[in-house]
Amino acid sequence: MSSVEARSHLHRLLLAGEFVVTAELETTDSPDPESVYRFADALRGNVDAVNCTDNSAAHPHLSSQASAHFLADRGVEPIVQFACRDRNRIGLQADILGAAALGARNLCLMTGDDVGVGDHPEAKPIYDLDSIHAIRIAKVLRDEGVYLSGRRLAEPPSYLIGAVENPFAPPLDLRPMRLGKKVEAGAEFVQTQICFNMPKLRLFMSRTEDLGLLDRVWILGGVFVLRSARAARYLRDQVPGIDIPDEIVRRMEALPAERQSGEGIRVALELVAELRQVRGITGVHLMSIKGDREILRVIDEAGLLPRPAGVEHAVAG
Amino acid sequence: MRMRLDRRPPQTAPEPRGVRKAILLVEKRSKEAIWDCRMCGQCILHSTGLSCPMRCPKNLRNGPCGGVLQNGNCEVVPDHPCVWVQAWKGSRVLPVWRDHMTHVQRPVDWRLQGTASWENLLTGRDRYVPPGWASAQGASHR
Repeated sequence: MSSVEARSHLHRLLLAGEFVVTAELETTDSPDPESVYRFADALRGNVDAVNCTDNSAAHPHLSSQASAHFLADRGVEPIVQFACRDRNRIGLQADILGAAALGARNLCLMTGDDVGVGDHPEAKPIYDLDSIHAIRIAKVLRDEGVYLSGRRLAEPPSYLIGAVENPFAPPLDLRPMRLGKKVEAGAEFVQTQICFNMPKLRLFMSRTEDLGLLDRVWILGGVFVLRSARAARYLRDQVPGIDIPDEIVRRMEALPAERQSGEGIRVALELVAELRQVRGITGVHLMSIKGDREILRVIDEAGLLPRPAGVEHAVAG
Repeated sequence: MRMRLDRRPPQTAPEPRGVRKAILLVEKRSKEAIWDCRMCGQCILHSTGLSCPMRCPKNLRNGPCGGVLQNGNCEVVPDHPCVWVQAWKGSRVLPVWRDHMTHVQRPVDWRLQGTASWENLLTGRDRYVPPGWASAQGASHR
């Protein structure tokens, strides 16, 4: 494993056994690079890589490739997400190559939320491929230097291949096995769905270990920084696949509005501390809704600073 | 009566007539009635606990998405059980094919949609693997 050449800054840290910190970029709806630079400047030095979401929750936003390019421009390492909802195998391969050309050295491939949860529920969903197909195709482009059709690329791209998994959604017994399929397809790291339910996560991890996957894939635990009781209720009632125990919702609701954000940070800090104790969890992935400052507070107060240096500024090329 | 096997690529396969049409209709009627089959023409029912993966609104052939509701229902059609929750249950009681759930299924060949998977099985037309996909089989990584 140590003889492997690092494909990205994130990869280098994972190979070195660092506990890594990634965060999700706020979506923007502007063609102005400043809309991304603003977040890039705040995150630089505080996280190891930043996920550029791909029309998250099936709402269109600035594309993940463009966001990634602007992040790389400002010395922040991007993780480019691609969902199978919006593109077929032809579009996916073009976009992966395009993202690599624009400076992306990490991918994260997923099926994607259904169009029904978005603001264009009348749209035609694509789903030509599933996430496991997308992962294998990214690997074929990189390692075989050919498209799915077998046609040769002039030069293969290089990136670390990531995926997602949800340890909290049924059928729970199948989830570790499904992670195994992703690893077999080519996933090198995974970011989990938002974790609020530690017993379920521990069960998932111990089964993942039983399948012999812990030394084949790096697993980053997803942590959501709640800013209000309303956000907690939103996650529970509106976002499919999220398991947020009632006690956490009640804990947020028990406080007056102005103190809820502080409580959300405390909840996140407790989860980060617990995740760090779980065997096989090699990092955390922090998410929020318009909570970039809260995310930075969690990273700071969890004692995850300073982040290891070493990312070259010019990633593009 | 001799049936000639048609091994031409799917896009040039002729309209089903005669015996081929009969096979198509028998398969369609019976599998639609029993499994709510969607006639993808490349059946993997035995690998998915006898739950048709094309009934999944995302056409997932390798397992459930992350949006399955806590009650085991589909995120897209919340009053329906997730196809893959049913597939998992179904696979537990299957002999032989029980562990086929772990197989990585290749991408769908959409040219076969609406054709008879029984005929495609006989002719080998459902065995088309994109060359790039085949090149990575069994390759190790990380």
